[in-house]
Amino acid sequence: MPNAESASANRATRSLEVRAVAKQPSLFRRLLRSRSAVIGGILILAISLVAVFASMIAPYDPIKQSFKDQLQPPSLSHPLGTDEFGRDILSRIIHGARWALLAGILADSIALILGVTIGLIGGFYGGRVDVVVVWLTDVMLAFPYLLLAMIVVSIFGPGIRNAMIAIGIVYTPQYARLVRGTVLSLKEKEFIEAARCIGVSPFRIMFRHILPNCLAPIIVMATLAIGWAIVQTAGLSFLGLGAQHPTPEWGAMLSGGRNYMLSAWWIATFPGLAIVVTVIGFNILGDGLRDVLDPYLRGR
Amino acid sequence: MRRYFIRRIFQMIPVLIGVSIFVFVGMHIIPGDVATLLLGDKANPESLARLQHELGLDQPVYVQYYRFVSKVMKGDFGISLRTRQPAWREVWWALPLTVELSLLSILVAVVVGIPVGMWAALRQYSMFDSLSMVAVLVGVSMPIFWTGLILMMVLGGRLHWFPIGGILDEGMTLQRITGLYTLDALLQGDLKVFNSALKHLVLPSIALGSIPMATMARMTRSTMLEVLRQDYVRTARSKGLAERVVMIRHALRNTLIPVVTVIGLQLGLLLSGAVLTETVFALPGLGRLAITSILARDYAVVQAAVLISALMIVVINLAVDMLYAYLDPRIHYT
Repeated sequence: MPNAESASANRATRSLEVRAVAKQPSLFRRLLRSRSAVIGGILILAISLVAVFASMIAPYDPIKQSFKDQLQPPSLSHPLGTDEFGRDILSRIIHGARWALLAGILADSIALILGVTIGLIGGFYGGRVDVVVVWLTDVMLAFPYLLLAMIVVSIFGPGIRNAMIAIGIVYTPQYARLVRGTVLSLKEKEFIEAARCIGVSPFRIMFRHILPNCLAPIIVMATLAIGWAIVQTAGLSFLGLGAQHPTPEWGAMLSGGRNYMLSAWWIATFPGLAIVVTVIGFNILGDGLRDVLDPYLRGR
Repeated sequence: MRRYFIRRIFQMIPVLIGVSIFVFVGMHIIPGDVATLLLGDKANPESLARLQHELGLDQPVYVQYYRFVSKVMKGDFGISLRTRQPAWREVWWALPLTVELSLLSILVAVVVGIPVGMWAALRQYSMFDSLSMVAVLVGVSMPIFWTGLILMMVLGGRLHWFPIGGILDEGMTLQRITGLYTLDALLQGDLKVFNSALKHLVLPSIALGSIPMATMARMTRSTMLEVLRQDYVRTARSKGLAERVVMIRHALRNTLIPVVTVIGLQLGLLLSGAVLTETVFALPGLGRLAITSILARDYAVVQAAVLISALMIVVINLAVDMLYAYLDPRIHYT
């Protein structure tokens, strides 16, 4: 009888658990309840729309030079003024949104794919493999990241695409560390042991069972890293190692406007503001996602 | 603690070996070898081959790596292509300014970030808390180079409060003792030069310190919030201690432990930020040296700058670990 009782108690607990799980709102609904996630999401959506429809929205050609319109201050015809080549700053910023988002997403994707794979393998296999992974990440983190990115760009040659790759590479150890740490704690859990016992292949365990359970911190890091990558790629362009003339990229625009800071403040001010707004968008969205996915950190 | 310290020093060795491998491989796969760069594209093949032989570039890669490491251990990083001076000397000359700038920016970050974070935590959900957290969000989202340009434009160009570039006023000279401009000026008792150097460093320090400042404010706030909920704070209050004593002796000291880690981590990150800040403010530091050397393909200097920066980061990380253990007696390292 006691066995029957405990069995029915277990059933009752399970059904309560099931109901509790069923009542938990979906991730999307929880995101909608987070003010940070909503504001960040709206900002990013707006910037993405600007990037997608840049050709339709931009009032002027972003590359075409017009020497009669050189260094015009903000006016009705050029709301954000013109640069030293007479190009409309607003149009260049609108087109620059494409480069910024592309840089953020591409660099972040490179880091994510490389870092997650390295971290998964190191954490899962342990032993010598893990020693190599830890060593590799420690070595990469010992470099000042911008110097490392500059060396990578020197190897591949200056250009926006190579700058994105360089930023992706230097961010890789961050993902590797995050995922390795999570995998180390996950791989001792019963469900992984059970998967091993029934003969599931290591590859399938890693990608089918462990990876989905690491997704929450990865998503948060990925969102925050996009903003970081946008700033760093712009930084490389500012130094002359990223986007080259006449690409309408925000960092390169800032670099061009540097020489006119005192006479034509608008050239460097507005592209910088565009970077700040975009990065704020990703940072707020990342904070919102973290609040939703990791309630322990809420409000920190 | 001592055993842990010794172990950590030994752990640095494989990292430093890895750093040297990375730098060696990186310099090897960058297009154009040293001999071609030294002699130019139009050099005849015989003299090129002779120089390659002299430099050991015709040797197997592992032999070249061994020679590279042996030379580096003796402080020989090669000769700068631009100045024909030893590369280490170029780095040695530029490094103190970057250290000075980094320390000043950390000072700015600590002086502003910690009190703001503390006050925000003490007044959680107040107007100050909300505004400071918005400022923190903007602070971490601003590219350093843009912050620098804006500061330069407003406080330098428009209001003329600070100079907009360089490290000393025109015509001023300073005898080098430590390489730290402000310290050297003080050591020589030259207040005019000290004043000038400090004025030149204010805007770069604020620009470079803006992100650590925001990070520190956020970290202090969150740690303080956690500390204020701890039992020992409640006990201190129930003992009847004055709020000021509770805050300073009990809450702040415990808040500072993780903040110290952030300071250490930020010091490492500052070396990257210095590249941009020094470029914006035309400061002859390590960052600017690195970027000009990369653009000029002066790889001996790049190599020296990168290796020395990496060594500094590894040492800073070790120092932070040690300091962490020292500040928090609960931490026992085995």
